[in-house]
Amino acid sequence: MSAGSKKRILKEYGECMNDTPSGMKINFDEQNMTEWEVLMDGPEQSVYAGGHFKLKITFPIEYPFKPPVVSFKTKIYHPNVSNDEKGSMCLGMLRPEAWKPPNKVVSVLHLIQTLLIEPNSDDSIEPSIATEYKDNRKEFEKTAKDWVKRYAK
Amino acid sequence: MDSDDEFNSSQGSEDEFMNDQDSDVSIGDADDGEFLVLRPKKSVNKFRWLDSDIDIDEGDGGFESQDKDIKSSKHSYEVDFTVYSPEQIQEHQNSQIGEVGNILGQPPEATAILLRHARWNKERLIESYMDRTEEVLESAGLGESASDPPKIEKIKGFACDICCEDEPGLESFAMKCGHRFCVDCYKHYLQTKIKDEGEAARIRCPGDGCNRIVDSKSLDFLVSDNLKDRYQELLTRTYVDDKDNLRWCPAPNCEFAVECGVKDKELAKIVPTVHCDCGHFFCFGCSLTDHQPAPCSLVKKWLKKCEDDSETANWISANTKECPKCHSTIEKNGGCNHMTCRKCRHEFCWMCMGIWSEHGTSWYNCNRFEEKSGSEARDAQAKSRQSLERYLHYYNRYANHEQSAKLDKDIYLKTEKKMSQLQISTGMSWIEVQFLESASQALQQCRQTLKWTYAFAYYLARNNQTEIFEDNQKDLEMAVENLSEMFEKPIDQLESLKVEMMDKTAYCNKRRIILLNDTAENLKSSNWEFNVVLS
Ligand SMILES: [Zn+2]
Ligand SMILES: [Zn+2]
Ligand SMILES: [Zn+2]
Ligand SMILES: [Zn+2]
Ligand SMILES: [Zn+2]
Ligand SMILES: [Zn+2]
Repeated sequence: MSAGSKKRILKEYGECMNDTPSGMKINFDEQNMTEWEVLMDGPEQSVYAGGHFKLKITFPIEYPFKPPVVSFKTKIYHPNVSNDEKGSMCLGMLRPEAWKPPNKVVSVLHLIQTLLIEPNSDDSIEPSIATEYKDNRKEFEKTAKDWVKRYAK
Repeated sequence: MDSDDEFNSSQGSEDEFMNDQDSDVSIGDADDGEFLVLRPKKSVNKFRWLDSDIDIDEGDGGFESQDKDIKSSKHSYEVDFTVYSPEQIQEHQNSQIGEVGNILGQPPEATAILLRHARWNKERLIESYMDRTEEVLESAGLGESASDPPKIEKIKGFACDICCEDEPGLESFAMKCGHRFCVDCYKHYLQTKIKDEGEAARIRCPGDGCNRIVDSKSLDFLVSDNLKDRYQELLTRTYVDDKDNLRWCPAPNCEFAVECGVKDKELAKIVPTVHCDCGHFFCFGCSLTDHQPAPCSLVKKWLKKCEDDSETANWISANTKECPKCHSTIEKNGGCNHMTCRKCRHEFCWMCMGIWSEHGTSWYNCNRFEEKSGSEARDAQAKSRQSLERYLHYYNRYANHEQSAKLDKDIYLKTEKKMSQLQISTGMSWIEVQFLESASQALQQCRQTLKWTYAFAYYLARNNQTEIFEDNQKDLEMAVENLSEMFEKPIDQLESLKVEMMDKTAYCNKRRIILLNDTAENLKSSNWEFNVVLS
């Protein structure tokens, strides 16, 4: 990782401290600054309210020319989070072809929070959950809340 | 135009060579007095850029040719096509850019972006540009007209939003949109896009949310030379990929593209084999190696079937067989199907294991699968056995020709060395020993065709056309076996066999043309009935 990338990540960490989205906490390790641990409360107005989610944000060597990688370490029932051990989220600015180098992690954090409040069923990674979200909201909400109780308490 | 000259001169030399051969020996067939006219391979091409739906192309130039009337010598199984080098594709892109640029009143950089954005549909671009200029420019990423040359600037108080560098005198760059970054970051961004992501035609400004496409002037200005080559290559790729009538030659490391007007929906009626300048014959419809006379969809079905049945079929296509008379193991070591057992001298056909002497006579029927009688077919078990037998009959012959073609090639590689020795000892010129290469090529090509006739025959339902097809297949097969046998003779006999061998080579080629013409014509007029649906 180049000196430029490090400088940029440090600067971004500083910015995040000033503008952390509410309900989020960043664990930053200066020895390993390319991996951030994010602790996040489920947004009050969402089905995930009351849950506590652990996320990992990984910066690739080519950062900021390639996007950071987001993965949920806590299981979550969501159309935009892969239902596997990776728990990856890859849409919008997180896609390599959409990411622009001036984009900042803080925007990524805001994106995650927005998506928990309002999932994007048109650009889903789990099509069956997306269909359920669109066509059977009650059932979706039930399962999502059930998962919060089971995995995110 | 330069490229045209190149094309014509190379074609001319091929012409000369063929004429040389033609005048050397009169190639004719004593039996029916028919002569085979050797043509340069490429004379079927029309050197014209086909772009049927856009009239403006007529005036493009660069690909126009004087050889238009040569088309009359075209066979039914041949299609019009043209081979282009990367330079020619580049040239053609440039000429289209120039022409459309004139109409739109836009500089080449912007025109290139507009054309790529419109997937090279000039007519649609011009029309929509005339109707709603601003909208078209906007959606192509050209917010306002670009006219100033790009330049690097040092701006007081500038901080790069990518690397966070802000030292005084930092060199920076921005396009018309004004999204300014330090030169290093800008370069790095472009490099990542071109090298890692293989993007070329649609690289956007690195600015957050900006959709402006990086124009080629700016790219030229910022990108290192080795990356420029890659960039041009990618641009050329998108050009060919965007056009339905262009296709890359699938041969490994080949950089040529082929243009052909055959559409996907015509593939049940035409098998569009094209011939790349690298020597590779391939199907324009599916990019597989030449598979005439079988249509693409049959080829797909056949290959799938062979894959599924490979275990059953493998044992039968194995390299060794037993002599039908003394049962000693015989290994095939040449392409010829005329086998002589080393132990008992029994002569037999490798394909059907029948006595060879019967193959030389008029009732050579190694190629047709004899349908079993109805009584046997009534038995369900026998029925399934028969269907397997039927498949194996055709598969065996298909695989055999495939394998023989490989063996024929090996023999030529070995012979090539000895031929150069022969040149020295007999004083024959390089041109005079070319008959061996011609024979080798004819064998390969005919076996390739024969191979696919068996896949074709497998799906063919019997009607009054099939008999002619089977006769043609049989004739070609016999011609090939004759030539193949001669081809395997020891080197010291080859000089004296030259005339006969050229004769047989010409005859093979002729039989192949007859077969392919017949199958192509009947395919075009839907005279074949298949026991599967052609998709
Ligand atoms: Zn920078
Ligand atoms: Zn911009
Ligand atoms: Zn090629
Ligand atoms: Zn094909
Ligand atoms: Zn024997
Ligand atoms: Zn036979």
